[in-house]
Amino acid sequence: MNKTIAVTGNAGPKVRSDCEIILDLNTGEGITLDITSKVKTLYGESIADLCRQIFTFYGISNADLKINDSGALPFVIAARLEAAIKKLTGTERDYLPDFLPGNSYTTTPDRFRLTRLYIPGNNPSLMINAGLHSADGIILDLEDSVAPERKDEARILVRNALRSVNFHGAERMVRINQGSPGLEDLDAVVPQNVNLILIPKCEDQENVRIADRRITDIRNRTGSANPLFLMPIIESALGVENAFEIAKASDNVVAIAIGLEDYTSDIGVQRTNEGLESLYARTRLVNTAKAASVQPIDSVFSDVADMEALESAVRISRSLGFEGMGCIHPRQIAVIKKGFAPSAEEIERAEKIVIAWEEAVKKGLSVVALGSKMIDPPVVARAQKTVDLAIRLGLLPADRIDIEESR
Amino acid sequence: MRAKSVINAAGREVPVEINGEPAIPFKGVGKHRPKGRKYAPEVPTFIDYPADGNKEVSSLEEALRRCGLRSGMTISTHHHMRDGDLISNTVFDIASGLGVKDLVWFPSASFPCNEPLIRYLEDGTINRIEGSMNGPLGRFVSEGKMKGTAVLRSHGGRVQAIQDGEVKIDIAVLVAPSADPFGNARGTGGPSPCGVLGYAKADYLYADKVIIVTDNLVEFPCFPMEIEGNYVDYVVVTDNIGIPEKIVSGTTRITRSPDRLLIAEMTAQFLEKSGLLKDGVAMQAGAGGTSLAIAVFIHEILKERGWKSKFGFGGSTKYMVKMLEEGQLGYILDAQAFDLDAVRSVEENSNHVPYPVFNAYNYHSKGNLTSMMDIMILGATEVDVKFNGNVVTHSDGYLLHGIGGWQNCLHARNVILPLPLFRDRIPVIVDEVTTLCGPGELIDVIITERGIAINPLRDDLLRSVEGSGLPLRSIHDLKEEAEKICGKPRKALFEEDIVAAVKWVDGTVIDVIRKIKTQ
Repeated sequence: MNKTIAVTGNAGPKVRSDCEIILDLNTGEGITLDITSKVKTLYGESIADLCRQIFTFYGISNADLKINDSGALPFVIAARLEAAIKKLTGTERDYLPDFLPGNSYTTTPDRFRLTRLYIPGNNPSLMINAGLHSADGIILDLEDSVAPERKDEARILVRNALRSVNFHGAERMVRINQGSPGLEDLDAVVPQNVNLILIPKCEDQENVRIADRRITDIRNRTGSANPLFLMPIIESALGVENAFEIAKASDNVVAIAIGLEDYTSDIGVQRTNEGLESLYARTRLVNTAKAASVQPIDSVFSDVADMEALESAVRISRSLGFEGMGCIHPRQIAVIKKGFAPSAEEIERAEKIVIAWEEAVKKGLSVVALGSKMIDPPVVARAQKTVDLAIRLGLLPADRIDIEESR
Repeated sequence: MRAKSVINAAGREVPVEINGEPAIPFKGVGKHRPKGRKYAPEVPTFIDYPADGNKEVSSLEEALRRCGLRSGMTISTHHHMRDGDLISNTVFDIASGLGVKDLVWFPSASFPCNEPLIRYLEDGTINRIEGSMNGPLGRFVSEGKMKGTAVLRSHGGRVQAIQDGEVKIDIAVLVAPSADPFGNARGTGGPSPCGVLGYAKADYLYADKVIIVTDNLVEFPCFPMEIEGNYVDYVVVTDNIGIPEKIVSGTTRITRSPDRLLIAEMTAQFLEKSGLLKDGVAMQAGAGGTSLAIAVFIHEILKERGWKSKFGFGGSTKYMVKMLEEGQLGYILDAQAFDLDAVRSVEENSNHVPYPVFNAYNYHSKGNLTSMMDIMILGATEVDVKFNGNVVTHSDGYLLHGIGGWQNCLHARNVILPLPLFRDRIPVIVDEVTTLCGPGELIDVIITERGIAINPLRDDLLRSVEGSGLPLRSIHDLKEEAEKICGKPRKALFEEDIVAAVKWVDGTVIDVIRKIKTQ
């Protein structure tokens, strides 16, 4: 115990839904709490009770605690205090808030991943409503959006968010750090029913295998009913060259994504909205993904103010064969979904194909024709996917009979 | 203040006397019908005024002296200079210098720039403020430090109180961006334009003495006159009536918060799917960031469908002006302009019409604008499970906002409140509002990011969105979700002392605010 005072969390005029904890354990005076909060009238006692419970949990009976609160929810206060206690005592015990019963849902390998919304892992105010914006996935990011000295407290905050925040059916994703901090991230988040882990800066299959092994170990220890998928992110020239082995490194890989900020800097060019400089990498990634039977997912578009440029970027992305993009602002979600949506003509044609196939199957025919054209199974599968996507995006009613069921 | 009290029709304990005057407890919506005649100011005579029509005097102090300023008087001002107001505070600097005490300040609204008046509340120059109080003034009142009891009225309630003689204005000090020596005045022109002077009408019609203060004296006639010179006693010319960039913002801006934008989008969807938004609709939304975003979404829908809104009532903004100019809005009836585009539009566009709140909101009149509006978008600090609304206090019990036109607007056909379910851990939907400002029977729909609650009294609205796919939920359900996320809040604690009374639009007392119990 070298340090005597630990400071965690955030305070200041612009900080919302967070708190700053200043903790001193080097005292023999019992527990003293000094709470400054704009919600003190409403929640002052509840904040004090929570802190006392946490001290009891860690067997701490002497502490000077100062909280500067700007409306932090209990899971945030708990994460901030736990981080401070860990800094001072090195304890490895976790103070876990209740796991919301609604958070135990699972997802499937081939579900749509058109949009995935990045949320900085140390920013609670952006987590609370993240699930309301209808993104297919929410990524709680422990990597680039978290300052190196804040990694430990962000990991605890993300763990608590996975337990306490309702993401309204969005796929629950975490982007871990590279290397051994990333493995520590896995220890914290894998037991919280994460649906998918994004592994950054993958350059070869080993990057995926190390994470995959760690996940298996954790799950063997803690037990888990739901599958956990992987999405390696390829962000370098070497990664692009090794994309196929990366995609094939584990059966749990369901998608590979490209990260263009790092890729363009790796090959020494400026990233442009048009994206010509990354055309090779992106087309290669799409081809690799298809060859490996995983989803090809495009990078984020970083100019959040320019929706028109985003729109044309999405158009290009879709035409190249990508099946989704990253979002760094909720307002990008609708634009991306619209861009990836099949056109009315595509939907109509797909529906016709699916119906013709269903009819033929019903009649026991082995050859199916639509008009003068023969339809073979890959065409039907693609048409079915278009129909499913149209349903997912609300462009078709959901009560269509699924082709699988009618077979 | 401690006084004999009764339980009013809303179940709130209210006093029967405020600041020594009898007060009528709230009787229910549409239940109070006043008797008698309107108030009238003193009869002036032509022979007491300069025959050449020049009423200019050398200074505001001189004008106040000539008006007979003395202790106990009621001084009114309008708020068109908003946070750039340089005159209201000066009035009380002068009064203090003259040793006058126990004044009542009766503004149409106050702003953070009026914080320096706290020292006059402390030294007894001002007995009380009857009008909106936000920020530091509200805090001062909540802590029980104001000598008299504050009286909070809606914009319409304020003009009703003037007209009915409930508040007798001794001197109205009305700033005007342009005025002539006779006292005709308007809101445009000069270095400090505010567009329109929609809040000044009741004051100049009913005050015993009227002073116009301008920094842009023009030759007679100042036209088009929103204030008519034959109601004016004195004209004062000063260097600066306001700080231009604080009077109107260069530009009003829609919210950039993704969560607020989501609520705005859901509101537009609700209006479209319920069929409330239709060709010829009359509607009103405020100038807050969420309301502006709603206006933008609505504009898109109108354009797409080829529809046009008949008229809208301002606070006008560049977004309303855009609708007017692009042909999706027939008229802007306007009581105040919020940004430079709105000011320009008032000057240029004959379909952008100054329209005093006296005509739009007065409940004791032969009809008013609010019941003619189809769609009304409003805010609130709290709403309870009976749909009652609070706009003046926060959940911690502190008085922090004025009522504005909020109560008046509740008389629109469809009152929609887009609100976040909680703000930084403070639930917005609660068991019971801290202060009752508007009865739930007048509030129809609450739209939050986590679901839409329709007042069960509005069976028609419920049916109109059946099967629409909108996230409809009961208000109880939403309240429980807020508590599940934030925790159940403890209620604010109050002392017995009443620090402010909240009037309903008809002048009856709907609720009171009590002194905060400090722990």
